[in-house]
Amino acid sequence: MTTTTDKATTPVPAPKSTRGRFGRTPRPTEPVGTNATMAGSKQSSRWWLYGILSLCLVAVVAPFAWMVLGSFKSEGELRQTPPTWWPHSASLDNYTQLFSRLDFGTYFTNSIVVAVAVTAGNLLFCSMLGYALAMLDFKGKKALFSIVMATLMIPGVVTFVPLFVLVANAGLIDTLPGLILPFLVSPFGVFLMRQFISGLPRDLLDAGRVDGAGELRIFARIILPLCGPALATLGILTFLGSWNNFLWPLVVAQSEKTYTLPVALALYSKGQNSTNYGLLLAGATVVVIPVLAVFLAFQRKFIEGIATTGIK
Amino acid sequence: MAATSEVTTRGEADPTGRPPRGGTAKSRRGGAFGEGRAAWILALPFCLLFLTFTVWPVIQSLFMSITDTRARDLKTPFAVDIVGLDNFTKALSDDQFLQAARNTAYFVLVGVPLTLTMALAAAVVLDRGITKLRSVFRLGFYLPVITSIVAVAVVWRFLLQEDSGLINTVLGWFGINGPNWLGDPNWSMPALILMASWRNFGTAMIIFLAGLQAVPWMLHEAAAIDGAGAWQRFRHITLPMLRPTILFVSVTTGIGYLQFFEEPFVMTNGGPLNSTISMSMYTYKQFGFGNYGYAASLSYIIFIVIAVVTAIQFRLLREKD
Repeated sequence: MTTTTDKATTPVPAPKSTRGRFGRTPRPTEPVGTNATMAGSKQSSRWWLYGILSLCLVAVVAPFAWMVLGSFKSEGELRQTPPTWWPHSASLDNYTQLFSRLDFGTYFTNSIVVAVAVTAGNLLFCSMLGYALAMLDFKGKKALFSIVMATLMIPGVVTFVPLFVLVANAGLIDTLPGLILPFLVSPFGVFLMRQFISGLPRDLLDAGRVDGAGELRIFARIILPLCGPALATLGILTFLGSWNNFLWPLVVAQSEKTYTLPVALALYSKGQNSTNYGLLLAGATVVVIPVLAVFLAFQRKFIEGIATTGIK
Repeated sequence: MAATSEVTTRGEADPTGRPPRGGTAKSRRGGAFGEGRAAWILALPFCLLFLTFTVWPVIQSLFMSITDTRARDLKTPFAVDIVGLDNFTKALSDDQFLQAARNTAYFVLVGVPLTLTMALAAAVVLDRGITKLRSVFRLGFYLPVITSIVAVAVVWRFLLQEDSGLINTVLGWFGINGPNWLGDPNWSMPALILMASWRNFGTAMIIFLAGLQAVPWMLHEAAAIDGAGAWQRFRHITLPMLRPTILFVSVTTGIGYLQFFEEPFVMTNGGPLNSTISMSMYTYKQFGFGNYGYAASLSYIIFIVIAVVTAIQFRLLREKD
């Protein structure tokens, strides 16, 4: 964690709280990468470590590789014993069926709309409150922060039933707002933004005030532009969380027009298509590939985020 | 809210609800109240959504848990009979719920140590053992974490098939006759634990890697000079220094695993013979049957279990001084 913070090319000082999160101060002098050239360590012992790691890597990644390859196979080939690895005759049949017969285009759009809306809401609202909690003085601040933090510990299953009743009474069952509204803000987002903004110099605030800027303008024009790293982390985590969210959409989305991708895939894998293996593998690939792309594009930021917050 | 009333009594409230802008000396002097009002304006959207979709449901859930609310009471959530703690006593004598509790305990007691061991082993090797390709391995091991459980379930159901599954095929190369993983009540839970560990160890690994950065390098060098082997250094330097990280990871993993739901839901539907039904999943089933009051009380039982287990972990793993 300390290394990732040090390496980050941001001009902004890292938030205090990310340092020594686990109760100790970072080693200030030791550069990364020298770890392995340890006194008295045996270079000869390394190759087998690489061997074991590679085997593990294969075991971890193989299911994904098999999924993607399988999505190009014919039904007959998928049922062969023993299973094949490379497709004998690769075809896009499964994908064309997915989008023509099963309407995966709609589910894909729904997933995108929900994930983008949820992400935008979290970025905006959580940074607003995060800034207020970190930089401003107001009555009820301590109480508000305590309540928000307390809910971090409450498992989702506790709010599930009343939340469903609430959304049902508001007439939002089977609508996209019903999928979006309950997730627009998160205590975790507030925590993350507050921690980051606390690390920014307070002089910024005073400088803005001297220049006559109002508090909201200071937030929008001075603070927010400096929050890039924290916003990136929160944005990626929220997007992936929303994209993969399963239980709530399963209950609220009740017709094909509001299904998200995971819901559609889960229902098809249990319904009449449950024996259509090629279709299911193609569906799984469509669910996984976008997050894979987002992840690969931002993985550095992402892993920094995990390391500093500890929450996926 | 308090800030607003203060503002009004001081007679300086801006009727537009916007914070004062421009004025130099005045806004400096009035900074305290302008600040308070601006803070609440910034906090307002969050607070409204948060009160509606988090705080209110938590309170209502507590109320529901002592009532006999059913699906037909949806429109009038407060016109129901209060039954006191009946739901809770009913849960404690509900065979299926007790079975679900045992399954959850099995999943947590085997799954958490397995996940943490895999994560720690990977983190230590990546941190100290190798110099090249570190980020490639880190990335690869983290991949399962970001993928949808539903997609993972589709793939793993194939991998776990009895005859043509990849896993049993590989076991066959070593002369092992693999079991019917998801069809055999004795093997269904191990299969889910295996899958959950595969899927989740990446998160723990990343946090361990961060924690390992805080282990002072000099201690290792000094111990190596004194003739301590790799295992001894791990046992007596790395592990004790990592204690806070291990606590953190075991608590977060434990909380997640105690709520495990999606794996059995998409893989086995709780079967065969209820061997993989979990507490969360049983709660969801009761919700599905329309027993809202009972489901709410079950969810509070899960909450209490999580709080107790977390407290125990803190006791066992907190730093000794």
